Amino acid sequence: MGATRLLRVALLVLGCTVPSTVVAQTTPVPPPTEEERKAAFPPDLQGHAVHDDGLHFLVLADQLEWQVSDSGGGAIWDAKGWVGGDLNRIWVRTEANYQEGAFDDAEGHLLLGRNFSRWWTVVGGVRHDFTPGPARTWAAIGLQGLAPQWFDVEVTGYFGESARTALRAEVEYDLLLNDRVAVQPIFELNAFGKSDPERQVGAGLSSIEFGARFRYEIRRELAPYAGLLWHRKVFGTGDLAREQGEDVGGWRLVTGLRLWF
Amino acid sequence: MIDRRTFVKGLAAGSAAAGFGLWPMRGLAQDSRASQATLRGTEFDLRIAETPVNFTGATRTGITVNGSIPAPLLRWREGDTVTLRVANALSEDTSIHWHGMILPANMDGVPGLSFHGIHPSQTFTYKFPVRQGGTYWYHSHSGFQEQRGLYGPLVIDPQEPEPFRYDREHVVLLSDWTDENPKRVFDKLKKQADYYNRDRRNFGDFLKDVRKNGFKATVADRLAWGEMRMSATDLADVSGHTYTHLMNGVTPAGNWTGLFKSGERVRLRVINGSAMTYFDVRIPGLKMTVVAADGQYVHPVSVDEFRIGCAETFDVIVEPTGQDAFTIFAQAMDRTAYAAGTLAVREGLQAPVPSLDPRPLLSMADMGHGGPGHDMAAMAAPAAVDPHAGHTMPAAPAALDPHAGHNMPAAPAAVDPHAGHNMSAGGGAQAHPDTENSPLVDMQTMAPTARLNDPGIGLRDNGRRVLTYADLKSTFADPDGREPSRTIELHLTGHMERFAWSFNGVKFADAEPLRLTYGERLRVVLVNDTMMTHPIHLHGMWSDLEDEAGNFQVRKHTIDMPPGTKRAYRVRADALGRWAYHCHLLYHMETGMFREVRVEE
Repeated sequence: MGATRLLRVALLVLGCTVPSTVVAQTTPVPPPTEEERKAAFPPDLQGHAVHDDGLHFLVLADQLEWQVSDSGGGAIWDAKGWVGGDLNRIWVRTEANYQEGAFDDAEGHLLLGRNFSRWWTVVGGVRHDFTPGPARTWAAIGLQGLAPQWFDVEVTGYFGESARTALRAEVEYDLLLNDRVAVQPIFELNAFGKSDPERQVGAGLSSIEFGARFRYEIRRELAPYAGLLWHRKVFGTGDLAREQGEDVGGWRLVTGLRLWF
Repeated sequence: MIDRRTFVKGLAAGSAAAGFGLWPMRGLAQDSRASQATLRGTEFDLRIAETPVNFTGATRTGITVNGSIPAPLLRWREGDTVTLRVANALSEDTSIHWHGMILPANMDGVPGLSFHGIHPSQTFTYKFPVRQGGTYWYHSHSGFQEQRGLYGPLVIDPQEPEPFRYDREHVVLLSDWTDENPKRVFDKLKKQADYYNRDRRNFGDFLKDVRKNGFKATVADRLAWGEMRMSATDLADVSGHTYTHLMNGVTPAGNWTGLFKSGERVRLRVINGSAMTYFDVRIPGLKMTVVAADGQYVHPVSVDEFRIGCAETFDVIVEPTGQDAFTIFAQAMDRTAYAAGTLAVREGLQAPVPSLDPRPLLSMADMGHGGPGHDMAAMAAPAAVDPHAGHTMPAAPAALDPHAGHNMPAAPAAVDPHAGHNMSAGGGAQAHPDTENSPLVDMQTMAPTARLNDPGIGLRDNGRRVLTYADLKSTFADPDGREPSRTIELHLTGHMERFAWSFNGVKFADAEPLRLTYGERLRVVLVNDTMMTHPIHLHGMWSDLEDEAGNFQVRKHTIDMPPGTKRAYRVRADALGRWAYHCHLLYHMETGMFREVRVEE
């Protein structure tokens, strides 16, 4: 064996290549010794641990902002978060609108979500509307995820007491102007199956919102922004607002902070 | 905000010198000031502890062995039996894995498979015969300790004379350091997978591309990537935006220096001990003759540059002459940063440091979606994962999107390109295991090939002679000699957005061990179904890479798998026990690209 090796070394030094077939030989694997057997399987080993099964979480305050319109100003928050593993997660969504010393709209979702496909998550749970008017609780079921071309899509259907139903659809997109500046266009629709005058909701499509927020990422997690939105209460909901002498909507300037951790 | 370039280079030499006090100064005589400790012999005492370190101007706590990062150079002799008493002064379990060593399973250092790990204030004694020579390394196999500094070089002097001659040698251990807690890096990747990618294509790039390629082609390109929901800039998950790259534990600004005398033949033992960084290494002005890969001799090949994946080692011989200093330049594959040092005739010299190459973009061809050289617009084949199919053929269901299932009566077969589609144009279309029909698999390659002669993304046609896997040929014949009696095909899979990685769509937590029968010779075929490059490492046994004709080509311990590749290697199952098998990108391993390989009688 040593001689063969030396020969090969000599050939190499001379710059020759050794054709691999020349010295190819079958070297059978010898049966393991008792010592090797013992070393191979130490007792009581529970297997290796990596971090592929751990819990993770995200808290994303997408909008913490001040809105200004013809009818005055108000504070808004819109945040969501999840905690869980790669497939099953608990989702929380919350948004509220604080104007003139009182909460105008305030709601929260608590959902169980499953990442059931490559890009989509199905969620189910409850939504609770705190204000305006009497509180309402809904059963919620929805689909959220990443549509082709990176559109962030969230569609949720709601079923409440007295056979109330509702639907909300939101689409967002991040257009990068450079690595720190992004424009985030948004589009949101709300609709209700039947009217709920106590909460100033009419049947059918109730509100439309679209606009864009320009943000500057000081760091990934922290981005001040400014934007322009168009929001309007429509159809029956718009009529109810007008009857109350309230604003049905229009253009709004917004400025705020997006942060996550 | 710290200027990125300053951050990348780390501390300037002056301030770094303070840090050097950390390292024992009893290094190799031929090494320069940042000399590493070298421990020789057969009995070793290693102490793992937390130690304050400062690579960037901020003091952090690193994990050191005998006080240093990297850990001391261990110098063994083939034929000896070595004894290593490893004491754990950390407050958590630790371990040392001897990367590439052929040894009994209970000495391999993987907690839960080889042993119970080393508990705090415990000392574990490793003892095993050294049955090979060459350049290797060692590192922790516990959590993220490797990222925090627990890695070091391992050099074994062979019993027989080496088939090349050299006058002096230097270890060049490349690594990546972050001031962030690695757990935090991991958490960030889980929340936003492209967190460290600050080179995503933006609207400005779009306008530039429109000017260059025209509106139609640019839109088609963006639509193709948007359809896949992937980024052409996804070259590295963790980049120079948090990493400072080190050469033998020294930042580029600190300028590690290895000495030579003009005309000497200098052997560089290059080791990639980084957690997540592929390096492209060159020494402007010098040819490098590659003489060993992963510790094993290869037929000498002269190159200007080589790519080194995580955990790989290459031994190269250079003959510096005509200049007093040469820069060893190791740029990260994503071109966000580099490690650099100097070969010089005396301390304090420096040659020009090249600027980083332009950052390359991934192409559809890189991922095995059409042959290399095809430009996107030319791809008309109805390819299930090819987003182009969706555009040129609006009627074609997107077979890989489970959502398309409702369009397709044959939903369960939808992930199999053979089933849902007429692949007439595809020829050797790749089949995929059913388990890849998973929410954690975001891509499947269409027509992968071995591409052994491909220099790789960002290295093609750069005017330099770049090492490829096709150049690596062992100086010995297939040491086993038998034809493999069976073939195991494994696909490298993952989901970029969810930052989940796996084999065959099944992460480690959900996977059964791969069972090998003691004594068998088998062939492992890897197919890369992701857009990233993965270094795949099997513990305990060699990975004997086959050439494209299926013949033994080169013996390695870590096989680089660029996107769009399908590569085969032979394994001689001559080591009883439970072995780790994984992607050597630390955060890929930790998210599930890991298997237990169990060799049983």
